[in-house]
Amino acid sequence: MSAFEAVIGIECHVELKTKSKMFCACPNEFGGEPNTKVCPVCLALPGALPVVNREAVLHMVRAGLAFGTEIPAFSKFDRKNYFYPDMPKDYQISQFDMPLTQGGVVRYWLEDGTIKECRLTRIHLEEDTGKSTHAGSGDGRIAGSSHSLIDFNRAGVPLMECVSEPDIRSADEAVGYLDALKRTFVQLGVSDVKMEEGSLRCDANVSIRPVGASEYGTKTEIKNMNSFRSVHRAIESEIARQTALIESGGRVTQETRGWDEGAGTTHPMRSKEEAHDYRYFPDPDLLPIELDRSVVDRIGSELPELPLARFERYHGGFGLTPSQATQLVDNAPLATYFDAVVAASKHAAQSTNFVLGDLSRLANETGVAIYESPVAPAALAELIALVESQTINSKIAKDLLERMWKGEGSPKTIVEREGLAQTSDAGEIATFVDEVLAANEKAVADYKSGKTNILGFLTGQVMKHSRGKANPALVGALLKQKLD
Amino acid sequence: MRTAAQIARDVNAKTESAREVTDATLAHVDAVDGQIGAYLTRLHDLARAQAARVDERVRNGERLPLAGVPIAVKDNMCLAGTRTTCGSKILEHWVAPYTATAVQRILDAGGIPIGKTNMDEFAMGSSCENSALGTTHNPFDLTRVPGGSSGGSAAAAAAHEAAIALGSDTGGSIREPAAFCNLVGFKPTYGRISRYGLIAFASSLDQIGPLTRTVEDAALAYDVMAGKDPMDSTSIDRAVEPTATALRTDLAGVRVGIVKEFVTETLGPDIAALYARAYADLEKLGAQLVEVSLPTAEYGLATYYLIAPAECSSNLARFDGVRYGLRVDGADVGQMYEATRAAGFGAEVKRRILIGTYALSSGYYDAYYVKAQKARTLIGDDFKRAFATCDLIASPAASSPAFAFNAKSDPYSMYMMDYYTIPMSLAGLPALSVPCGYVTPAGGEAPMPMGLQLAAPLFEEAKLLGAAHAYEQATQHALKAAVAVA
Repeated sequence: MSAFEAVIGIECHVELKTKSKMFCACPNEFGGEPNTKVCPVCLALPGALPVVNREAVLHMVRAGLAFGTEIPAFSKFDRKNYFYPDMPKDYQISQFDMPLTQGGVVRYWLEDGTIKECRLTRIHLEEDTGKSTHAGSGDGRIAGSSHSLIDFNRAGVPLMECVSEPDIRSADEAVGYLDALKRTFVQLGVSDVKMEEGSLRCDANVSIRPVGASEYGTKTEIKNMNSFRSVHRAIESEIARQTALIESGGRVTQETRGWDEGAGTTHPMRSKEEAHDYRYFPDPDLLPIELDRSVVDRIGSELPELPLARFERYHGGFGLTPSQATQLVDNAPLATYFDAVVAASKHAAQSTNFVLGDLSRLANETGVAIYESPVAPAALAELIALVESQTINSKIAKDLLERMWKGEGSPKTIVEREGLAQTSDAGEIATFVDEVLAANEKAVADYKSGKTNILGFLTGQVMKHSRGKANPALVGALLKQKLD
Repeated sequence: MRTAAQIARDVNAKTESAREVTDATLAHVDAVDGQIGAYLTRLHDLARAQAARVDERVRNGERLPLAGVPIAVKDNMCLAGTRTTCGSKILEHWVAPYTATAVQRILDAGGIPIGKTNMDEFAMGSSCENSALGTTHNPFDLTRVPGGSSGGSAAAAAAHEAAIALGSDTGGSIREPAAFCNLVGFKPTYGRISRYGLIAFASSLDQIGPLTRTVEDAALAYDVMAGKDPMDSTSIDRAVEPTATALRTDLAGVRVGIVKEFVTETLGPDIAALYARAYADLEKLGAQLVEVSLPTAEYGLATYYLIAPAECSSNLARFDGVRYGLRVDGADVGQMYEATRAAGFGAEVKRRILIGTYALSSGYYDAYYVKAQKARTLIGDDFKRAFATCDLIASPAASSPAFAFNAKSDPYSMYMMDYYTIPMSLAGLPALSVPCGYVTPAGGEAPMPMGLQLAAPLFEEAKLLGAAHAYEQATQHALKAAVAVA
């Protein structure tokens, strides 16, 4: 048991899903031939001026409200000045002291269903830069390259930067937190959060301290993590490195460290002592944003049920396992389908069993999504009602489900048409039992000699003989009665 | 050359074609501009092509407010397909791929672009001597400067090389050269004319405006250019009252404020007498003179020389050799930036970038930039108080008439030229300079023009131009001297 605990804060950039870029009318789309989605504004040609994308601001309000942040009535854009070849203006339009959102809490869950909280410092809005490719060296690195090519298609793409408080204590929690951001942003429609397209990028600030200490240790900032898995690995690796360092009497140096995916280790990038003076000041090309309270209130009232609330409803409310609940939360159309089934059937457990069990199996086998199959929520609810009323047993239900999936009609229709309703007629069942006992003399002899577990076999035979219609409970009772 | 109003009337009436006006103007420019040096680029082909389009539109029955009017465009405004240099080595060969909104509105109204005019590099200066690309002479005395930074535009309008010249005013860069060249130089309320396509110096101060020989022409140009532009979010979304129809011939009922702190006696007896007469002329036209106080105006210069450099240090960062303009190679990208900017920018631009970088840097930001912003607010408040007791404020436009080349060798004495214009810029107010007579400078032979500055509350352009027109019509100062080359 380590005597240290980790203290982790995460800064992540999430690309906003908007029709156009942050400050111009160029399309906000991934990819394309280099420098084809550019205009005087995003290239910062002399004389060009930015104009704020309203859709991006409204997305920020949505994202902020989802985490209970405060949306100030007044916010502004600032210039962050530094020279960088990818950056057309040599300053980035960002937000400094008056961002669009302040505070807030991200509540998230871990694999075991534990709910955790991480406070947000802020989410602010800024623009992305272009992308450099270093050519002539063979390996794409700047060292030894003969020239660099810059693609400005991404320049001016709107980004929200989510800055957390150092409330995260483990790599698992870090991933849980990021999952929560991702799920929420996707559900709100404010971002697609595709890491492979760079639409979510994050840095982690990691330090360790003796368990119970209130002071923070010296932190390092880890960059270059390009998947949730690498975030997890990088944090674990950095915690181990810092722990070993301190346990061997060393000290952690405040620095930026890169994550090497192949080696599975972090390595120093550049010293924090060289920190830039960004010379932030309010961008005189943009007016401050004054949000109308009624717009904020309307957006708040239109927020959908958020992932955590949904998780809690499924896990705590319906009693689904954390993994089942997560599976539904992460598949919105399926969750909508599931909710419709529950609403119609009033039976959460059966709904879960069918939706995540047999229906999911059918979906996997056929490659057709559940919500696109011929099995409508109402039809599934009807099936559940037939099971619940013991009109059919679960074996027949399974069978029916496959036939419904093939489009053979509603369960009631099939049951009525083919006389599949379960029979509880004792006389009829007694006839089945007698016939089965007569045909299985050896089994009967075995039973009488004490092998009572043969009862299961005999029950199965009766069920089969009844084409599954017999009420299994009555079959069992009648068998025992006749044998004992 | 006739005024813009006269030309537009004739071309619309088809008594003259835009093509004829254009050819005559181009011939005049070719004849005189060797001595004046107003233009950095002449646009013969573009001008003739535009003239043909205008004639076609007029033939089709359109009435265009600026039909056939020759226009000079300061070289910090983009005009697609033309070199747009900002008077700088760093943009010497840069061809703009798009057109500034203000320029586009002029073209749409039938204006003919004759050429791009010389200017102090990135609009930093008060004499036009800071241009890296040429020398412009004052048409009233070729040994003197035309004023700055819109010196090329002022010289072009004064030497009849254009009827309307577009300038930009950050701290006085339209009004001061207008005063030096006997023109009407009009800076509208900040945000009235779109800055889209105007290469930025100080974004919160820059304002495009016309330099013309009459107030009527200034009104004509302003009416065409003013109004909200979706491409410039600082452009004001507010109805523009047409000013060309608001021109008046008396000042009855107009209270004109004379600023207690602007003591003209310090400028010398000739100049003091000239302004005393100008104020008396306003009174003769029916104006009531009232004393107003602008106690913080004296901090205008200091305030301006923090805010404008702060903004320019950021605005000019994009000239780094990466994407366009001059590039001087270096061992790595950092050295390429340094070599490019060292070679591309002149001394005044570098000075202001350094001042601005310093003023914004951590540790100095509060002491300089934030304090300057507070001072700016106080200056604006002074004007609000003053305008409670007056309709307009009158003052000199510049501290002296046009001076000889190299006369102002230290930066501070050059900065002092804008002492009277900077407070209005900081407050965003509409202000203009209108000719108000002549003084013969010490050591000079020819009498040189002087300008009367009139300033109005925000958005009161119609009131301002109306009053200036009354003064101009009554005094006719602009008609009393001939340019050396015309």
